[in-house]
Amino acid sequence: MCNKVEGVHVPDGFLDAPTSVATGVLAAGTVALALRKAREELDERTAPLAGLTAAFVFAVQMMNFPVGAGTSGHLIGGALTAVLVGPWTAVLCMTVVLLVQAVLFADGGLTALGTNVTLMALVAVGVGYGLFRLVVAVLPRTRTGVLVGAGVGAFASVPLSALAFVALFAAGGVADISLGAVAATMGGIHVLIGLGEAAITVAVLGAVLAARPDLVHGAAHLRDAGTLLRRPEVVASR
Amino acid sequence: MTTRRRTSGFLLAGLLVALVVAGIGSYYASSSPDGLEWSAEKEGFAHTAEDSSTAGSPLADYAVSGVEDGRLSGGLAGVIGVAVTLALAGGITLLVRRRSGTDDVPADDDSRTDVDAGSAPKA
Repeated sequence: MCNKVEGVHVPDGFLDAPTSVATGVLAAGTVALALRKAREELDERTAPLAGLTAAFVFAVQMMNFPVGAGTSGHLIGGALTAVLVGPWTAVLCMTVVLLVQAVLFADGGLTALGTNVTLMALVAVGVGYGLFRLVVAVLPRTRTGVLVGAGVGAFASVPLSALAFVALFAAGGVADISLGAVAATMGGIHVLIGLGEAAITVAVLGAVLAARPDLVHGAAHLRDAGTLLRRPEVVASR
Repeated sequence: MTTRRRTSGFLLAGLLVALVVAGIGSYYASSSPDGLEWSAEKEGFAHTAEDSSTAGSPLADYAVSGVEDGRLSGGLAGVIGVAVTLALAGGITLLVRRRSGTDDVPADDDSRTDVDAGSAPKA
């Protein structure tokens, strides 16, 4: 009851019950779909990487970085996770991170869990991975192309997730305040945080691409082109 | 075999980075309000936040209750979080993953190799 925002995600109380129920249903449906779709992305080699990626995102989300004006931001990790292990697996990884944070660490409300999953496992992953695919499609098939695509996706995923929150706030915000002002404030600060998101995403993805490019979901097209290494089925068909 | 060992080394290195970030690095994280908190304060809806029903958790707000030293308390909470997240996410992805029938049990590989070796001279 000590009207104070704790932690780093959407707390209980910001949104009314119908909106929270709606995001909860949306989140549950998305996770159910992801449980089926992720099967196509995960095999013996990539499944352990997915678990590690979730643990890594949990760790890096604890590292709030200053963005000026007495404000901080932290990695969401939706774009990074989607490029590393695939978008449906990323939905599962991000949901686990948010669940652990809400249940064990009281970070993000329990009734707001559906909202946080919607914003960070659905919008951030969807926007991040969608833009990544668009950029990669028009750039040359190189590691640099993959890194640029991931950086663009990561950057845009943050302000767009923030604006998605504003949309939910418009539908079911408890406080009666100017939506335009909320949108401008939330969008503006999250553009800055998005730069940090892009920097961390490119740095981590660059390190993984240097060490084990064969494990990176979003670099599969480089393998097709024979740039990195041959795929097992290509070898087998010879 | 070599690839499997290299993958294990890579995964262990990644886990070590995660543990160092959560266990040690998190102490140096910015404690300024984050983008959402800051916006909520500025636009005047921060007061509508309610305490989470898990606020009484022994790990609430990334501190282990009963551990006085802030560095140790936060670091321990981070390490526990990494371990739980790894176990949950790793467990789910291992259950969901594609399995080709013969790859299910490692012992199958051995027996198959034996059969192959045994049948090779006949062929």
